[in-house]
Amino acid sequence: MKKEHDKVNKKYGMVVDLDKCTGCGSCMVACMSENNVPFKEDESNKLDSITWMRVYKVSNKKPYPNNEVFYIPRPCQHCGGQHEGHSPCVSVCPATATDYDYTTGIVSQVYTRCFGCRYCMAACPYHARYFNWWDPVWPDGMEKYLSPNVSPRMRGIVEKCSFCFHRYQVAMEEVYGSDDKEALEEGDYQTACTQACPAGAITFGDLNDETHAVHKLKDDKNAFRLLERLGTNTKIYYISEREWVRRAGDNYNPGEKTGSVKYKTEGH
Amino acid sequence: MDSALIPKGVERCSLKRFLLGQAIVGAVVLWGVYAMILCWMKGLNQTNMNDSFGFALWIWADLAVIAVGGGAFFTGLLRYVIGLKDLKNIINYAVLIGVCCYGSALLILAIDIGQPLRGWFIFWHANVHSMLTEVAFCLSLYMAVLIIEYIPLLLENRQVDKIPFFHNLSHNMHVVMAVFAATGAFLSCFHQGSLGGVSGVLFGRPFAFREGIFIWPWTFFLFTWSAAACGPCFTILVTKITEKITNKKLVKDNVIDLLAKISGWMICSYIIAKTIDTLYWAFVTAPHAGFNVMDFYDDNFWAHGIWILIMEIVICGYIPAIILLREKTRQNQKLLWTAAILATIGICLNRWVLVMQPMSMPVMTFDEWVLYLPSWQEIATTILPIAGGIMVIAFSYRYLPIFPQEQELNPVED
Amino acid sequence: MFPFSFEWIWDVGHVVFHGGMWYALSIIGAGMTYCVLKAAIDTKNGKGGGDHH
Repeated sequence: MKKEHDKVNKKYGMVVDLDKCTGCGSCMVACMSENNVPFKEDESNKLDSITWMRVYKVSNKKPYPNNEVFYIPRPCQHCGGQHEGHSPCVSVCPATATDYDYTTGIVSQVYTRCFGCRYCMAACPYHARYFNWWDPVWPDGMEKYLSPNVSPRMRGIVEKCSFCFHRYQVAMEEVYGSDDKEALEEGDYQTACTQACPAGAITFGDLNDETHAVHKLKDDKNAFRLLERLGTNTKIYYISEREWVRRAGDNYNPGEKTGSVKYKTEGH
Repeated sequence: MDSALIPKGVERCSLKRFLLGQAIVGAVVLWGVYAMILCWMKGLNQTNMNDSFGFALWIWADLAVIAVGGGAFFTGLLRYVIGLKDLKNIINYAVLIGVCCYGSALLILAIDIGQPLRGWFIFWHANVHSMLTEVAFCLSLYMAVLIIEYIPLLLENRQVDKIPFFHNLSHNMHVVMAVFAATGAFLSCFHQGSLGGVSGVLFGRPFAFREGIFIWPWTFFLFTWSAAACGPCFTILVTKITEKITNKKLVKDNVIDLLAKISGWMICSYIIAKTIDTLYWAFVTAPHAGFNVMDFYDDNFWAHGIWILIMEIVICGYIPAIILLREKTRQNQKLLWTAAILATIGICLNRWVLVMQPMSMPVMTFDEWVLYLPSWQEIATTILPIAGGIMVIAFSYRYLPIFPQEQELNPVED
Repeated sequence: MFPFSFEWIWDVGHVVFHGGMWYALSIIGAGMTYCVLKAAIDTKNGKGGGDHH
């Protein structure tokens, strides 16, 4: 029996040029607005506020004048795992409430299925998963500005970046009548954060499609992924010409060269 | 007033004193119930958990009570399957402690999930590859086995036993108990192991992750082994505490000694395996993920210091093992108490470390350690089932023939 | 949990897991049914009139 995921599928991913990222936070705002992410009156405690896309500020911790910082946007990494589909979170969810879509490589969250055990959060080393500690409440009148394509989530369940999956669905509907039902142009499906980035630091597309920019960018000599050696096999690539920035992407033992340790993953 | 319900030939305190004691513990239960209702009505914002600490006090409490409750399945296995007849004098109590422990775990789990009304999804939409699914299935089934093991005791109450049907039911259940006990042992091996697997499979969390065989990380086997090793120590400890409270000897020394000896061998073999696992983890697994083992313990010494590892393995592992292995030390009451307490603390610490440390330590290089302190609601709901357990034990001790040797050890002049 | 729930897959994992579960459930169910039925029959036959074993 040939399984659906044995055929060559799309594999959506992102390449972020950290040398271009200014840390402005537009991607975070666009994401929250696009995906109806709830917020609290006081968002100062970042440990219980929801940011599907979060920009970290990282310093080289050297004193002036050698101090340098970089900003790193961190959406869900849409891990493929050591064998396609064995993401840290998908493999542990007891109720099949988080799913790996073999046709797109997108890790989704089934809000109506999740019962809030938070095992996926414990499994994710990127802190990309967020729990709804409170009921989502929007200021009066703001409900009118909610995105009609994204369902708001209820208290007590986990949510995370979906690569704006609803946009993929809309794009697929558009091409459904065409001869090639799978044919999506690069511009047909883009995430909100990608489009919002004023510096053009984020590139999004099908990593398997040669006509998409990400296909080439991911093989850049300065490209790296976060915590690659753990075998999470993520779909978010980062690029930086600065060695210390690339080194910050993973944990290294003394004497190991930056980028020298890669975890071998199936089909990659 | 309730003398007709009390087993024949044994002495119990006055009903007034009993009810007063129950009322005091009952007040603690009510406090816990209030916190539980708050969590259910207002949600998990009542806790101090956060997006870094998705697993916290409750998950630890679950793991810990199930580990110490392991005395029930292991004693059951020794008594009914392996056939150590002497253990019939403590098996009832081991089962009762097991019922309390597993009941606690299920209650805490019901509070711990964000959408309690969807709790059944874990069965209905089961992802068979998740360790938590295996835990849920085996835990529920084993709870059913424990209740089945406890029912004959309830039926042996003097008044209930007078009803022929119940008398026959109790008798028949005793006859086939070996089958239930064997099923219980089978289920326990899996859920104790799966609980170890819960953290062991987290390949994104280098502190927790362990290699293993097929789908099972080493923690799978270590958890089952440690529960079988330290569970009986907890049974001994609770028996000793009960003897102190009731001011009576309830189980003969040879029975305790046998259980302590077996526990000693089990702890000894477990702690050697645990040491090997720790060394492999420190020198192979951690560097493979780019970590020095001390990275796992750096930062706040009292919260996440290396002392935890030393305490768990040396003080609460090797020491009780040595005490329990030697006949002379094992039969010294003070040392027996010490060993039972240390082994219980040791296994709880092991569970603590595997839940808390992976959550608090940073994995991404630009992440930070997170410190977590539970809210009063979490503490109250954790104490709730313990207090409830004390009430169930007190009730069972008063009205049911839990200790077969009590009458012989404490003859009543009538 | 049942073959008619839509995430059910007929693979080794499902067969082993649910096989184990239904096996344990059957033993528990059959054991208890036996005990209750036998107790009912014994009672009907006049056994267990307050005598202790």
